[in-house]
Amino acid sequence: MQWETVIGLEVHVQLATHSKIFSGASTAFGAEPNTQACAVDLGLPGVLPVLNEQAVAMAVQFGLAVHSDIAEVSVFDRKNYFYPDLPKGYQTTQMYHPIVGPGDVEITLEDGSTKRIRIHHAHLEEDAGKSLHEDFHGMTGIDLNRAGTPLLEIVSEPDMRNAKEAAAYLKAIHSIVTYLGISDGNMAEGSMRCDVNVSVRHKGLDVFGTRAEIKNVNSFRFVERAIAFEVERQIELIEDGGSVVQETRLFDPERDETRSMRTKEEANDYRYFPCPDLLPVVLDQAYLDHLRSQLPELPADKRARFKNELGLSAYDANVISASRDMAEFFEAVHNECGDAKQAANWVQGELSGALNRESLSIANSPISARQLGELISRVLDDTINGKAAKEVFQALWNGQGESADAVIDAKGLRQVTDTGAIEAMIDQVIADSPAQVAQYRDAEPEKRGKMIGYFVGQVMKASRGTANPQQVNGLLKEKLDALL
Amino acid sequence: MALEDSHVRRAAHLARLAVSDDQASGFVDDLSRILDMVDQLQSLDTKGVAPLSHPLDATQRLRADEVTEANQRDAFQRCAPAVENGLYLVPRVVE
Repeated sequence: MQWETVIGLEVHVQLATHSKIFSGASTAFGAEPNTQACAVDLGLPGVLPVLNEQAVAMAVQFGLAVHSDIAEVSVFDRKNYFYPDLPKGYQTTQMYHPIVGPGDVEITLEDGSTKRIRIHHAHLEEDAGKSLHEDFHGMTGIDLNRAGTPLLEIVSEPDMRNAKEAAAYLKAIHSIVTYLGISDGNMAEGSMRCDVNVSVRHKGLDVFGTRAEIKNVNSFRFVERAIAFEVERQIELIEDGGSVVQETRLFDPERDETRSMRTKEEANDYRYFPCPDLLPVVLDQAYLDHLRSQLPELPADKRARFKNELGLSAYDANVISASRDMAEFFEAVHNECGDAKQAANWVQGELSGALNRESLSIANSPISARQLGELISRVLDDTINGKAAKEVFQALWNGQGESADAVIDAKGLRQVTDTGAIEAMIDQVIADSPAQVAQYRDAEPEKRGKMIGYFVGQVMKASRGTANPQQVNGLLKEKLDALL
Repeated sequence: MALEDSHVRRAAHLARLAVSDDQASGFVDDLSRILDMVDQLQSLDTKGVAPLSHPLDATQRLRADEVTEANQRDAFQRCAPAVENGLYLVPRVVE
């Protein structure tokens, strides 16, 4: 039996406003508990919400970036339920008239192909506080600093067919919100959280199977693992004659499994109704046009330009455009050295490797785009060879020089391309290595190619790495073969 | 719409209201009369009338994104039954 997986995602994005969606309390992460929870956030009697204009602008920017229709009139509703981290007894959200209507996002798969995932809608709402279940004498601790932080909930259509597509979609959303600067996208701090709806069906069927909702899947990797587990669980269940129950499940990354969140499944009845404390939000065309004119070049456009105009491979274009910081760094390197392919190789290779080793983001790179671009230029114009380039990179990284040229001069790394000088070094190495020369002479001709490596190494060592390796190779072969 | 005792109990449970048996039967009558009035309203032809989401004919005023609230935790927590390390304490919530 062939099974097909159907996945839809609900992504909650914390918007990077300074203050909360309905109050003037700070949204800064990591403050002492409850020091950023004001009377409005606490739901004290008599308070009234006033909507944050920046939260509205950010939601609209997202909508424009995913080709959505922006609602001319959107309305806030109350979603009623009781939980201690929701002091008002309701979450203010947008159930019936969300601000962002249907749109779509292009995702890039590992083989470089692309797919369109439709967005059902996105709406503004407030975040809840946090419950701390550590033991406080048998009680639960509540921190309401997060209560009232603006969230954009982005709801996809069930358009994804496997875990990789779901992860690619999440990455695409991450990249759009960080490009727009509407969220820091920090999943570890909960700035982006994801609920996954998963069902399975026999391949070829049009109807959907019963879905399970997996809550709080908070990393790209966990999305894949949670789906993999859940798909297997559902298929096994059905093949054993059972059926999937519509329920909420929690992913446990430590045990790599999902499990039911409530044993007694009580159908949620949120009794939504329009919030009488908030008036309809009305946006006019001039406002939308203004925000549209402020949009930066988005990941999909950058990706296409890197591929079509700069000639990068689909893979390189995708990796480099994934983060705005990396894309902008790459562009600055490219502007400096003029070679897109080399710029891409260095940014993804040497630079990304060094950043990862020291857990630095590209925005905090100790080596600037200008320095890296200049370094690449010196490789391209044959001033230094590839080996010396790595040494220059390391020196610049460690702050041992202002520019690639300064390091090259200080360390004497200028490449030796003078044939006479290289020949002299080769003659010396051959004279010093009678045993290796004899071995070379006695070897089968097809094995000599490999044996030449020893002599290349010696010559490079003699030149302290500055000899042009192609020249060394060519001249060595000539001289050794002359001895046969 | 005929309301039953179970409807009242469910509504009371969702709103976390303690309703005694005597009160419940009273509410069945009261709420049924309210629903009858809604039924009467439903009979009106509202085709072409846009749903009203707010009685005021006005639009939402927006606020500049500025932090205007200072930390008043101590004042707020003075009326909380239990606090510790800056947290509000509540009866344990079992996930």
